[in-house]
Amino acid sequence: MPALVLQNVRKTYPSGDSEIVALDRANLEVPDDQILALVGPSGSGKTTLLSIAGGLLSATEGHVVVGGHHITEYSAKQLTAFRRAEVGFVFQTVNLVPFLTARENVMVAAELAGGAPEKAARARADQLLEELGLAHRAENLPAQLSGGERQRVAIGRALMNEPKLILVDEPTSALDTTLGNQVMALIVGEVKARRTAAIIVTHDTRMTHYADRTVEITDGILAA
Amino acid sequence: MRLALRELRRSRRRFVPTTGALALLVVLLLMLGGLLDGLYIGSTGALRSQDDELVTFDRSARESTLRSRIEPDTRAAIEAVPGVRGTSGFGIALVGADVPRTDELADAAVMGYEGRVGGVPAPPAPGRAWADRSLEARGVRVGDVLRVGPTRIPLRVIGWVDDTNYLQQGGLWVEPGTWRTVLAESRPGAAVGDDVFQNVWVDVAPGADPARVAAAIDAATGTTRTITRAEAVLALPGIREQNATFTQIIGVTFLVAGLVVALFFALLTLERTPMLGVLKALGASSRQLVGALMTQTVAVTVIAFVTGGVIALGLDRLIPPEVPLVVTPDRAGFVAVGVFVAAVIGGAVSLRRIIRIDPASAIGTGT
Repeated sequence: MPALVLQNVRKTYPSGDSEIVALDRANLEVPDDQILALVGPSGSGKTTLLSIAGGLLSATEGHVVVGGHHITEYSAKQLTAFRRAEVGFVFQTVNLVPFLTARENVMVAAELAGGAPEKAARARADQLLEELGLAHRAENLPAQLSGGERQRVAIGRALMNEPKLILVDEPTSALDTTLGNQVMALIVGEVKARRTAAIIVTHDTRMTHYADRTVEITDGILAA
Repeated sequence: MRLALRELRRSRRRFVPTTGALALLVVLLLMLGGLLDGLYIGSTGALRSQDDELVTFDRSARESTLRSRIEPDTRAAIEAVPGVRGTSGFGIALVGADVPRTDELADAAVMGYEGRVGGVPAPPAPGRAWADRSLEARGVRVGDVLRVGPTRIPLRVIGWVDDTNYLQQGGLWVEPGTWRTVLAESRPGAAVGDDVFQNVWVDVAPGADPARVAAAIDAATGTTRTITRAEAVLALPGIREQNATFTQIIGVTFLVAGLVVALFFALLTLERTPMLGVLKALGASSRQLVGALMTQTVAVTVIAFVTGGVIALGLDRLIPPEVPLVVTPDRAGFVAVGVFVAAVIGGAVSLRRIIRIDPASAIGTGT
């Protein structure tokens, strides 16, 4: 089963009497172990596509299927539960919760889900931090971590719930080339190790070689 | 909820100013309420402690005990009204009292009564008095002989009673003859004859409607005005105005408490909007985030109430006894509930903003 299927997905925004087309008839299929790099200039629609795939935005038209979930028809409440269980996000600006330790930030999605026993979630978070080389930083707050360490915590947070699809937004935009390469290598390594699908949005073409496949988007239209 | 409490614990300094402001408002509310209660209790105890439901005044006295006179024939007419089981005569004389061992006069209300006053034993022998315990603060002891009025009539204190003062004057409960003597000596123009009282308290028969009985009494005598105990309390000079003034100040203070909380959480929510967007993107529901806000609101309110309560209790010990400040558990409960409601309403101002936070804002749209 593909991790993501987009069929004729369109996203428009009203603008006076007309409309702005952010994504136009997008068709895309991402197999369940593929890393796809989505590249395009600013305003091309790549973040819109990422948001629709992650259930953050609803498509105006078309069908979106993530890990077998037909999310196009989901209510806001269903989308919330879907995001919690099925998708992992790595945001451009990292956005860790400032008053939570590294471990607690990794556990935050599990905590929001409620059901998982804390002991099991804690063990998994510690395991992830170990893999990410952050075991010694588990008790530190984000303000006590370096930029690269914060990015690694954010990756751990995205992996915590074993999502079917990981969505990564401009992971290297705030990093120098060396650190950017390290972060990309880490993301790819972790995603590949779990045979999970990922979409990495980037405008940095130097990073696309980390992906299995690269798709370009311009003015809301995906390149064939 | 755990997220909310963790933020409170780890970002303590962020919450300190609001908690402090709210605690000071709690102090203000407890002090204002304590003063209101102290003034009310110290002014009305003599009437509130009466067992009977109705009290009759001479109509021309306009519900003033000190101006009222009830003659024996009027009292007999009252007792003949159906629904009246019995009556008790009552009168007050406001005097100064010389207290042994002190140089100052204590303000006292000498009250002549025939019985049926809650918490006050049967009338003592002539020249003796049950004293309100508030007089203890003025140096009075059981066994003391107080000398009251301009002719210094001796009254021996034989024991304490509680919450029986009249218009902030310490209650001295005496048998009717002693009261008449004190009244005649202290205000000769207001002297009353034997068997005359200022008021008659009316014991309403079980099953009778007090309002109907009151109307029947006034119709039968043609010269009286009969009201309930509660109405008599409110008819005391200044009580209604005092209650209205303090109630308004307390109401405004609750409003300010709500505004403090509303402003703080509105600013906090505004500042946290990006983080809340991220949490929504990660799967937090609006209900969870609203619950977190309410948890913090309640926690801040509880901490502020406890802090404010401790400060108020400390201040209570420092305030001189002549200041009529009485902080009762009822008042503390009222302030707690009032501050809690004001804070929850204040916190609720940010609900709409939280609900409207778009999870897509976590990664931005349109690029």
